[in-house]
Amino acid sequence: MKHLILKTFLLLATLLGVGQAAAQANLEINTPGIAAIQGSMQKRHAELAPLYTSGAVGLTRDGNVALRDPAGVPLAQRAAVNGLIAAENQDRASLYREIARANNHPEWEGDIRNTFGQRWIDRAQAGWYYQNATGAWVRK
Amino acid sequence: MTLKTLRTLSTNRRLMLGALLGGTVMAAGCVTINIYFPAAAAEKAADRIIDEVWQLKGGASTPPAPAPGASTPPAPAPGAKPAEK
Repeated sequence: MKHLILKTFLLLATLLGVGQAAAQANLEINTPGIAAIQGSMQKRHAELAPLYTSGAVGLTRDGNVALRDPAGVPLAQRAAVNGLIAAENQDRASLYREIARANNHPEWEGDIRNTFGQRWIDRAQAGWYYQNATGAWVRK
Repeated sequence: MTLKTLRTLSTNRRLMLGALLGGTVMAAGCVTINIYFPAAAAEKAADRIIDEVWQLKGGASTPPAPAPGASTPPAPAPGAKPAEK
Protein backbone atom coordinates (compact mmCIF):
# COMPACT_ATOMS: atom_id res chain seq x y z
CA MET A 1 0.00 0.00 0.00
CA LYS A 2 2.81 2.33 0.94
CA HIS A 3 4.53 1.59 -2.36
CA LEU A 4 1.36 2.17 -4.35
CA ILE A 5 0.87 5.59 -2.83
CA LEU A 6 4.52 6.44 -3.42
CA LYS A 7 4.30 5.36 -7.07
CA THR A 8 1.13 7.36 -7.65
CA PHE A 9 2.79 10.32 -6.06
CA LEU A 10 5.86 10.03 -8.31
CA LEU A 11 3.72 9.59 -11.42
CA LEU A 12 1.76 12.71 -10.52
CA ALA A 13 4.99 14.64 -10.02
CA THR A 14 6.35 13.52 -13.41
CA LEU A 15 3.13 14.42 -15.21
CA LEU A 16 3.01 17.86 -13.64
CA GLY A 17 6.66 18.46 -14.51
CA VAL A 18 6.22 17.46 -18.15
CA GLY A 19 3.08 19.55 -18.54
CA GLN A 20 4.89 22.53 -17.16
CA ALA A 21 7.88 22.11 -19.49
CA ALA A 22 5.56 21.86 -22.50
CA ALA A 23 3.72 25.00 -21.46
CA GLN A 24 6.97 26.96 -21.30
CA ALA A 25 8.44 25.73 -24.60
CA ASN A 26 6.49 28.23 -26.69
CA LEU A 27 4.37 31.31 -26.26
CA GLU A 28 1.04 31.44 -28.03
CA ILE A 29 1.24 33.99 -30.85
CA ASN A 30 -1.16 32.45 -33.39
CA THR A 31 -4.33 34.35 -32.62
CA PRO A 32 -6.42 36.43 -35.04
CA GLY A 33 -5.77 39.55 -32.96
CA ILE A 34 -1.98 39.17 -33.05
CA ALA A 35 -2.05 38.31 -36.79
CA ALA A 36 -4.03 41.50 -37.53
CA ILE A 37 -1.58 43.74 -35.63
CA GLN A 38 1.34 41.99 -37.29
CA GLY A 39 -0.14 42.59 -40.75
CA SER A 40 -0.72 46.25 -40.03
CA MET A 41 2.87 46.67 -38.81
CA GLN A 42 4.25 44.80 -41.80
CA LYS A 43 2.47 47.22 -44.18
CA ARG A 44 3.68 50.25 -42.26
CA HIS A 45 7.25 49.00 -42.33
CA ALA A 46 7.52 49.90 -46.03
CA GLU A 47 7.13 53.56 -45.01
CA LEU A 48 9.23 53.31 -41.84
CA ALA A 49 12.23 51.50 -43.34
CA PRO A 50 13.59 54.56 -45.23
CA LEU A 51 13.23 56.60 -42.03
CA TYR A 52 15.28 54.05 -40.07
CA THR A 53 17.93 54.10 -42.78
CA SER A 54 18.13 57.90 -42.86
CA GLY A 55 18.32 58.00 -39.06
CA ALA A 56 15.25 60.20 -38.72
CA VAL A 57 13.53 57.49 -36.68
CA GLY A 58 15.21 55.17 -34.20
CA LEU A 59 14.37 52.20 -31.98
CA THR A 60 13.90 52.91 -28.29
CA ARG A 61 14.91 50.66 -25.43
CA ASP A 62 11.30 50.13 -24.37
CA GLY A 63 10.20 48.48 -27.62
CA ASN A 64 8.90 51.60 -29.35
CA VAL A 65 10.07 53.86 -32.17
CA ALA A 66 10.78 57.59 -31.82
CA LEU A 67 11.68 60.63 -33.91
CA ARG A 68 15.42 60.83 -33.41
CA ASP A 69 16.39 63.59 -35.79
CA PRO A 70 13.58 66.05 -36.59
CA ALA A 71 15.94 67.98 -38.89
CA GLY A 72 16.19 64.87 -41.06
CA VAL A 73 12.54 65.16 -42.02
CA PRO A 74 11.34 68.03 -44.27
CA LEU A 75 8.89 70.28 -42.45
CA ALA A 76 6.11 69.37 -44.88
CA GLN A 77 6.46 65.69 -44.02
CA ARG A 78 6.94 66.03 -40.30
CA ALA A 79 3.27 65.65 -39.39
CA ALA A 80 2.97 62.54 -41.54
CA VAL A 81 6.08 61.00 -39.95
CA ASN A 82 4.80 61.80 -36.46
CA GLY A 83 1.53 60.12 -37.36
CA LEU A 84 3.41 57.08 -38.60
CA ILE A 85 5.38 56.86 -35.35
CA ALA A 86 2.25 57.23 -33.21
CA ALA A 87 0.42 54.53 -35.18
CA GLU A 88 3.41 52.20 -34.96
CA ASN A 89 3.74 52.64 -31.20
CA GLN A 90 0.01 52.05 -30.76
CA ASP A 91 0.28 48.77 -32.70
CA ARG A 92 3.33 47.75 -30.71
CA ALA A 93 1.54 48.39 -27.40
CA SER A 94 -1.42 46.32 -28.62
CA LEU A 95 0.93 43.57 -29.77
CA TYR A 96 2.66 43.26 -26.38
CA ARG A 97 -0.69 43.33 -24.56
CA GLU A 98 -2.26 40.76 -26.89
CA ILE A 99 0.62 38.30 -26.53
CA ALA A 100 0.40 38.56 -22.74
CA ARG A 101 -3.36 38.03 -22.85
CA ALA A 102 -3.17 35.16 -25.36
CA ASN A 103 -0.95 33.34 -22.85
CA ASN A 104 -3.30 34.03 -19.94
CA HIS A 105 -0.73 36.21 -18.19
CA PRO A 106 -1.68 39.87 -18.70
CA GLU A 107 0.97 40.76 -16.10
CA TRP A 108 3.70 39.64 -18.54
CA GLU A 109 3.04 42.65 -20.80
CA GLY A 110 6.01 44.61 -19.43
CA ASP A 111 8.38 41.65 -19.70
CA ILE A 112 7.23 40.99 -23.26
CA ARG A 113 7.78 44.66 -24.14
CA ASN A 114 11.33 44.50 -22.72
CA THR A 115 12.09 41.29 -24.61
CA PHE A 116 10.85 42.83 -27.85
CA GLY A 117 12.76 46.04 -27.16
CA GLN A 118 15.98 44.05 -27.02
CA ARG A 119 15.19 41.87 -30.03
CA TRP A 120 14.13 44.74 -32.33
CA ILE A 121 17.54 46.32 -31.63
CA ASP A 122 19.50 43.07 -31.95
CA ARG A 123 17.94 42.36 -35.33
CA ALA A 124 18.01 45.91 -36.72
CA GLN A 125 19.98 46.55 -39.88
CA ALA A 126 23.43 48.11 -39.75
CA GLY A 127 23.13 51.88 -39.95
CA TRP A 128 19.86 52.11 -38.02
CA TYR A 129 19.78 54.03 -34.76
CA TYR A 130 18.80 52.65 -31.36
CA GLN A 131 18.84 53.83 -27.75
CA ASN A 132 21.48 52.28 -25.49
CA ALA A 133 21.17 51.57 -21.75
CA THR A 134 21.75 55.23 -20.86
CA GLY A 135 19.16 56.44 -23.37
CA ALA A 136 21.70 57.86 -25.85
CA TRP A 137 21.22 57.27 -29.59
CA VAL A 138 23.74 54.88 -31.12
CA ARG A 139 24.23 54.01 -34.80
CA LYS A 140 24.34 50.27 -35.32
CA MET B 1 -8.60 18.00 12.80
CA THR B 2 -7.26 17.19 16.23
CA LEU B 3 -4.59 14.68 17.17
CA LYS B 4 -7.21 12.56 18.84
CA THR B 5 -9.19 12.06 15.65
CA LEU B 6 -5.99 11.47 13.71
CA ARG B 7 -5.11 8.65 16.06
CA THR B 8 -8.47 6.96 15.54
CA LEU B 9 -7.85 6.79 11.77
CA SER B 10 -6.46 3.54 10.36
CA THR B 11 -2.89 3.44 9.01
CA ASN B 12 -4.14 3.32 5.41
CA ARG B 13 -6.30 6.37 5.87
CA ARG B 14 -3.43 8.24 7.48
CA LEU B 15 -1.19 7.39 4.55
CA MET B 16 -3.83 8.50 2.06
CA LEU B 17 -4.32 11.74 3.95
CA GLY B 18 -0.55 12.32 3.84
CA ALA B 19 -0.43 11.69 0.09
CA LEU B 20 -3.34 14.07 -0.46
CA LEU B 21 -1.68 16.82 1.54
CA GLY B 22 1.64 16.22 -0.23
CA GLY B 23 -0.04 16.41 -3.63
CA THR B 24 -1.75 19.66 -2.76
CA VAL B 25 1.49 21.23 -1.59
CA MET B 26 3.28 20.14 -4.78
CA ALA B 27 0.52 21.35 -7.08
CA ALA B 28 0.65 24.73 -5.35
CA GLY B 29 4.43 24.76 -5.85
CA CYS B 30 4.07 24.10 -9.55
CA VAL B 31 1.60 26.95 -9.95
CA THR B 32 4.12 29.26 -8.30
CA ILE B 33 6.90 28.16 -10.66
CA ASN B 34 4.67 28.69 -13.70
CA ILE B 35 4.14 32.35 -12.84
CA TYR B 36 7.76 33.14 -13.72
CA PHE B 37 8.16 34.82 -17.10
CA PRO B 38 9.45 32.36 -19.76
CA ALA B 39 12.20 34.58 -21.16
CA ALA B 40 13.56 32.11 -23.74
CA ALA B 41 10.11 31.37 -25.14
CA ALA B 42 9.37 35.09 -25.32
CA GLU B 43 12.56 35.71 -27.31
CA LYS B 44 11.60 32.99 -29.74
CA ALA B 45 8.12 34.45 -30.14
CA ALA B 46 9.56 37.95 -30.63
CA ASP B 47 11.94 36.71 -33.33
CA ARG B 48 9.12 35.03 -35.22
CA ILE B 49 7.05 38.21 -35.19
CA ILE B 50 10.03 40.42 -36.12
CA ASP B 51 10.78 38.10 -39.07
CA GLU B 52 7.25 38.69 -40.31
CA VAL B 53 7.05 42.43 -39.72
CA TRP B 54 10.49 43.22 -41.15
CA GLN B 55 10.26 40.46 -43.79
CA LEU B 56 13.63 39.05 -42.76
CA LYS B 57 12.96 35.47 -43.84
CA GLY B 58 11.52 35.74 -47.35
CA GLY B 59 14.54 34.19 -49.05
CA ALA B 60 14.33 34.30 -52.86
CA SER B 61 10.57 34.82 -52.91
CA THR B 62 10.81 38.47 -51.89
CA PRO B 63 13.23 40.91 -53.49
CA PRO B 64 15.69 42.37 -50.98
CA ALA B 65 15.02 45.97 -51.97
CA PRO B 66 11.96 46.84 -54.05
CA ALA B 67 13.33 49.84 -55.91
CA PRO B 68 10.53 51.91 -57.44
CA GLY B 69 12.72 53.13 -60.30
CA ALA B 70 13.93 49.78 -61.52
CA SER B 71 11.00 48.42 -63.49
CA THR B 72 10.51 44.97 -64.94
CA PRO B 73 9.10 44.62 -68.51
CA PRO B 74 5.46 43.87 -67.54
CA ALA B 75 5.27 46.83 -65.12
CA PRO B 76 2.36 49.10 -66.00
CA ALA B 77 2.93 52.75 -66.90
CA PRO B 78 2.18 55.21 -64.07
CA GLY B 79 -0.97 56.42 -65.84
CA ALA B 80 -2.25 52.98 -66.83
CA LYS B 81 -5.59 51.82 -65.51
CA PRO B 82 -5.38 49.08 -62.88
CA ALA B 83 -6.18 45.68 -64.32
CA GLU B 84 -9.72 44.53 -63.62
CA LYS B 85 -10.07 41.20 -61.88
